[in-house]
Amino acid sequence: MGTPARSRTLLMTNAVEFLSVSRLFGTVRAVDGVDLSIKAGSFFAMLGPSGSGKTTCLRLISGFERPTGGTIRIFGQDVGRVPPNLRNVNTVFQDYALFPHMNVRDNVAYGLMVKGVDRRTRHAKAEEMLALVKLDSYGDRKPAQLSGGQRQRVALARALVNEPQVLLLDEPLGALDLKLREAMQDELKALQQRLGITFVFVTHDQSEALSMADTVAVFNNGKIAQIGSPADVYARPRTRFVADFVGSSNVLDPAMTRALGGPEVTASLRPEALRLVPAAGATLCGTVTGLRYLGPSVRVTVQMPFGVLGVMVPAGSPCPEPGSSVCIDLAPDALHVMEDE
Amino acid sequence: MTRPAILAPRGPGDRVSALFWRHPRLFTALLLAPPLIWLGVVYLGSLAALLLQSFYSIDEFSGLINREFTLATYAELFRPQNMDIIIRTLTMAAMVTLGAAVIGFPIAYYAARYARGHWKAMFYLGIMLPLWSSYLVKVYAWKLILAKEGILNWAVDSIGASFILSGILALPVVGGNSLSTSYIGTWMVFLYIWLPYMILPMQASLERVPTSMLEASSDLGATQFQTFRTVILPLALPGVIAGSIFTFSLTMGDYIVPQIIGNSARMIGQAVYQLQGTAGNIPLAAAFAVVPILIMLVYLTIARRKGAFDAL
Amino acid sequence: MLSDRASWGLKAAAIGGLLFLHLPILLIFLYAFTTDERTYQFPPPGLTTQWFAVAWNRADIWPPLYLSLKVAVISTAMALVLGTLCAAAMARASFFGRDQISLLIILPIALPGIITGMSLRSAFAIMEIPFSTWTIVLGHATFCIVIVYNNAVARFRRLSGSIIEASLDLGANGFQTFRHVLLPNLGSAMLAGGMLAFALSFDEVIVTTFTAGQQSTLPIWMLNELVRPRQRPVTNVVAIAVFVTTFVPILIAFYLTRGGSETAGGGK
Repeated sequence: MGTPARSRTLLMTNAVEFLSVSRLFGTVRAVDGVDLSIKAGSFFAMLGPSGSGKTTCLRLISGFERPTGGTIRIFGQDVGRVPPNLRNVNTVFQDYALFPHMNVRDNVAYGLMVKGVDRRTRHAKAEEMLALVKLDSYGDRKPAQLSGGQRQRVALARALVNEPQVLLLDEPLGALDLKLREAMQDELKALQQRLGITFVFVTHDQSEALSMADTVAVFNNGKIAQIGSPADVYARPRTRFVADFVGSSNVLDPAMTRALGGPEVTASLRPEALRLVPAAGATLCGTVTGLRYLGPSVRVTVQMPFGVLGVMVPAGSPCPEPGSSVCIDLAPDALHVMEDE
Repeated sequence: MTRPAILAPRGPGDRVSALFWRHPRLFTALLLAPPLIWLGVVYLGSLAALLLQSFYSIDEFSGLINREFTLATYAELFRPQNMDIIIRTLTMAAMVTLGAAVIGFPIAYYAARYARGHWKAMFYLGIMLPLWSSYLVKVYAWKLILAKEGILNWAVDSIGASFILSGILALPVVGGNSLSTSYIGTWMVFLYIWLPYMILPMQASLERVPTSMLEASSDLGATQFQTFRTVILPLALPGVIAGSIFTFSLTMGDYIVPQIIGNSARMIGQAVYQLQGTAGNIPLAAAFAVVPILIMLVYLTIARRKGAFDAL
Repeated sequence: MLSDRASWGLKAAAIGGLLFLHLPILLIFLYAFTTDERTYQFPPPGLTTQWFAVAWNRADIWPPLYLSLKVAVISTAMALVLGTLCAAAMARASFFGRDQISLLIILPIALPGIITGMSLRSAFAIMEIPFSTWTIVLGHATFCIVIVYNNAVARFRRLSGSIIEASLDLGANGFQTFRHVLLPNLGSAMLAGGMLAFALSFDEVIVTTFTAGQQSTLPIWMLNELVRPRQRPVTNVVAIAVFVTTFVPILIAFYLTRGGSETAGGGK
């Protein structure tokens, strides 16, 4: 692993490809003609609200769902007729799905056992994996004796011991508290970089997706609304839905965009691209209607003559009182034109 | 690359699993086929045979079954002595149901509302064990209890209350020579045997009444009795109806209890048993057996409308 | 205010009701030791243990006992297979006719036993099938299926659905998943269902009287003794044996499913 030649081939290969894949449940189009390619070795996030089709996409990769139409390829091979157990793809389940009747070591060694690896070898491998997730001395415990974070690590070790080509993670951090979640985010990212395995990560938490992934696909109504790097998706949302769902942008209708000096189109405007300025010489003024403390910054809601805008002010800098008049200024390139949906 | 993305099947197990994965409906069908064939052929087939038999008749001279479609056998059900049997059975089933609801309610209520921890487990076992334990042994126990020289008469004599018992037995219709040869005796045994079937659904529906709702009621100024009457009873009703399905149906179909404890008047179950056995009149026995089916169908339709199935 | 403690009246009624459910059984035990073999005199005139030996040596008890055991074992085994298959199918995603199938499974215990019995009797008469051990088994297995089914389906529901997917995901095929994941988690529920089915079959009498012909199972033997008593305390000894043979599996079943809801309300 890690030779330049290999890295290059890896980067040129697609780990997963969807060619106009659909999955219908009755008349509901859970996945609706999705085209998608996930680069080998990348950290790919599927982001979207519940019911947007992201989890179904994950289950199509693992093989728990079969596409109603279209083709799925894993490392170039059509998997239309390949059942889950013959795909070298492993999943970390949302509820971890640890086997309650086995101890941690046997849970981790399960994939090797069913492939016929002898007991000593598979136990050694399992211990190695447990060490990797920092659970060295937990092999004899039952899943019920572990905390949520520990179970999550066991689930991770159990998947990784099979050396999968693609690791699927279904909201794996959803059940953890904030502190633990942040620590696990860093660990997962580090692990992915170290192992070089393709990670496909499903989440509804936009900050999680943006902070961890190389590429983010935003799902809406069974379709991909936008796919791109986190910076791209954040700064240049393609549609109103993406702007609304990712971050806390001001979504401007054509009249508002016009009022702010842009063309008459729908646009998005990041609250941190706006600044509060002294009234002297300013043209855009309004009244403060609300303040929300977000820790490192304060979000100020301003009622302008043409609509409401959110403005981000760094905490510690002077902050206006609700009811007071303020004026705003924006950078010329802050307005981002969006497509109509 | 360390490993391929797609693994080859390693044996017949993998191949068969893959086939099932590609045809999930085939798999469900294969799972369902054996039990459905069994229940379809053995059970539904038998029910069909029962219906078929009830439309046959018996030749009065030869005693052989005449396999021609006729309603004559059903017409026989309307003879006075047969109608008596049906009415007697329904009355008994209704009385047993009523008695079970009255006696069972305090137990269900106490177990659902007050029993905690160990006591709760004790109550649960205390109701479940009699439900599951041997039917015949329970009936036998009552033969011992109700015998003339048995424990009940002994106890009644010991406390000098025999005049009360004689008074009860002197009642018209329900009384008799002794408890073991009277309707009261039959009723008591039925009550005993089917009581757990009434308690469990009642308890289940009472458990679902949140304590906060009772507190809300008393908070709004209801007295304990008002709370009981206007909140608890209506909420327990689906459980009572669910329990009554069991007590009613089981009493209606039983022929052993009235055979062992009671007077010589027959119930539907006994009629069915004797007709198919000693009398050899299978068509009439079948027609009699259709009666409880029809009654239960009506009963279940009503119960369903009252939401009793949620309490099961 | 609503009191958190039950009134004395309620408490007495509840405990009285429980005693009513349990005390009669104790009499069976007492009368097995009485010296009086012609009546049910209370209190017993004297106590003896001779009836256990007498019962042991009565030749007419053993064949019915063997037949009952044989029927119960075969019926339970068949019900285990059929009931578990059914539960597995019903635990999968919904399919057409699901509700009708669950009604069909429940029907043999929802309708009174006399209907199951009389139906089978009618079918045997029409098809001219002679009575045998297998005619008894046919009836018993039919109502035992639902007992196993109830237990298994409740356990399927309690199992995290994704552990089966997890097993497939980790490379196990369907058979390996059944052996290593499903069976260990389902086993105790199946065992409990089997225990209850055994107990139910062992003391079943109503359906049996219609499907046995001249054969005698232990409950039928008891029934004959109840109608025409001979040595009464011997019947008590047999009753104790029947009670214990059914009681122990039931207790085991409860132990196996405690904490779950498998057996609750699972009326016979």
